[in-house]
Amino acid sequence: MTGTSLITARERALAVLGGEPDDATLRRYLHGIPGVDAVGLEQRAAGLGTRSIKTTSKQWALDRIIELIDLTTLEGADTPGKVRSLVAKAITPDPADPTTPRVAAVCVYGDMVPYAVDALGAAHGDPDDGLISVAAVATAFPSGRASLEIKLADTAEAVAAGADEIDMVIDRGAFLSGRYGLVFDQIAAVKEACRRPDGTSASLKVILETGELVTYDNVRRASWLSILAGGDFIKTSTGKVPSAATLPVTLLMLEVVRDWHLATGQRIGVKPAGGIRTSKDAIKYLVTVAETVGEDWLQPHLFRFGASSLLNDVLLQRQKLSTSHYSGPDYVTID
Amino acid sequence: MSRLAVPKTYKLYIGGAFPRSESGRTYEVRSATGAFLANAAKGSRKDARDAVVAARSAVGGWAGATAYNRGQVLYRIAELLEGRRAQFVAEIEEAEGVTRAAASAQVDEAIDRWVWYAGWADKFAQVAGNANPVAGPYFNISVPEPTGVVAIVAPQDSSLLGFVSAVAPALVAGNSVVVIASERFPLSAISLAEVLATSDVPKGVVNVLTGSPAEIAPWLASHADVNALDLVGAGDLDWIDLEFAAADTLKRVLRPEQGPDAAAPALGRIAAFTETKTVWHTKSMK
Repeated sequence: MTGTSLITARERALAVLGGEPDDATLRRYLHGIPGVDAVGLEQRAAGLGTRSIKTTSKQWALDRIIELIDLTTLEGADTPGKVRSLVAKAITPDPADPTTPRVAAVCVYGDMVPYAVDALGAAHGDPDDGLISVAAVATAFPSGRASLEIKLADTAEAVAAGADEIDMVIDRGAFLSGRYGLVFDQIAAVKEACRRPDGTSASLKVILETGELVTYDNVRRASWLSILAGGDFIKTSTGKVPSAATLPVTLLMLEVVRDWHLATGQRIGVKPAGGIRTSKDAIKYLVTVAETVGEDWLQPHLFRFGASSLLNDVLLQRQKLSTSHYSGPDYVTID
Repeated sequence: MSRLAVPKTYKLYIGGAFPRSESGRTYEVRSATGAFLANAAKGSRKDARDAVVAARSAVGGWAGATAYNRGQVLYRIAELLEGRRAQFVAEIEEAEGVTRAAASAQVDEAIDRWVWYAGWADKFAQVAGNANPVAGPYFNISVPEPTGVVAIVAPQDSSLLGFVSAVAPALVAGNSVVVIASERFPLSAISLAEVLATSDVPKGVVNVLTGSPAEIAPWLASHADVNALDLVGAGDLDWIDLEFAAADTLKRVLRPEQGPDAAAPALGRIAAFTETKTVWHTKSMK
């Protein structure tokens, strides 16, 4: 993302909204979006979950899932050592099988970014080149309850330390009480804080925390709001509240991304995170992406899984396919 | 007015639940005289895989329970079996075509064996473990610990007694088990699973599969997350190949046994599924 595209994003938002992004304009716009047919959405998601993916398709899907994973550790007990072992796993997910692809990125707290960058060394870079990015959660993750100054400082520090991607949380309290302008301004300000001195910019993932948004209508509005404000990715959850990524919610967000692409030509990424633990579940997401926005979206710059234990399950499935007997947790690393 | 018959559906027992086979398959179980008894689930490799996952997640809790507690839990199963003995006697009589006296004797023997093994739970470590002699101011102690997940091919020529004789010793030490019931006589095994489900045995500690051992056993023998394999009832299978498959992941293996003395109660059957842990500990200095 360059500085010019930032300006274009704002201009684009103004053009779509037909006015300044204040509370009144945003409310008029967001509440003008048609409501979500919840029953239809869940039925469609359930239908997409029934596809049978076997043999070579499954092999392809498993490898692609690994290439789309943001390998994550977001614990209060994280240490530099934990981050280093996470990075080692990201670089070589299965030491017994060198054909295993690398994950797209590692996702850590902002203060752990220097250790992640250091541990990655030459492997740090764009997932399109077979390298691994560093994503940092910022803006008082996971609650988002801090002043804007602190959120911006949090973001700038992570970017300065070498983060390629910033996962920010929106202020759900403000969103739910209808202060859309505030949420919009904060996202836009964080987007600005993602800029580096050389004019390039870290990619911005906006976490909606769908588990706290209560309704599908709110998820749809928050998705539009985040994209309008300049988010490069919309992400379902922090993984810290009970109801995290679900297939219907991800489908709904993918539909927004599809509609935005049709309207403006811009391609936005989606990242379901939290609660996706099995290959079987992850494959359902791949199917949903392919059948909603198209297979183009199955690439690291447009779709990610935020996960920690998913990788091990995928590795076990890969081992099952290559050895034709079932593998066990003793044959992959402990998270 | 005549009542409508309410036949029983015999399903698998995996992770404390009674699912149908993932494959949707069933097979007919017939009595000794060829009369239709019931449809039993014909388990598939994926049912076996699910059972191993359930068994693995149960190992920690069961192995972590005190030996005294395990003994109590196992003894309670014998109490429950006693309460349902009429059902087991009728099932065995029908399935095996034996006299009521013989069926009754089999149930008695099964309950007695269960009690015998339950009693060993807090005692076998004293026999199988040891305080080793050392030449220094240390204790050196060896204790038996459970191996983990044990896959069992139950004796094929017996409804209840064979099943109990194979399952109980593996449970005593704190292992969780995935057991393939007798293909011809699976009904008592599932009825026993109903007893287990209403007892205090944590879910996943015992998982019962019905169906073809020839089809399911190779998947369990090669499964990397199974730690031991009891082939006691696998005499009619190509069990040498099962042993080969088990060797690939260094499983403990018990070989097939035939005849009425198969899986006779023995401390060795408990110790077979344990690993010896030896620890050093300093003596206190005077």
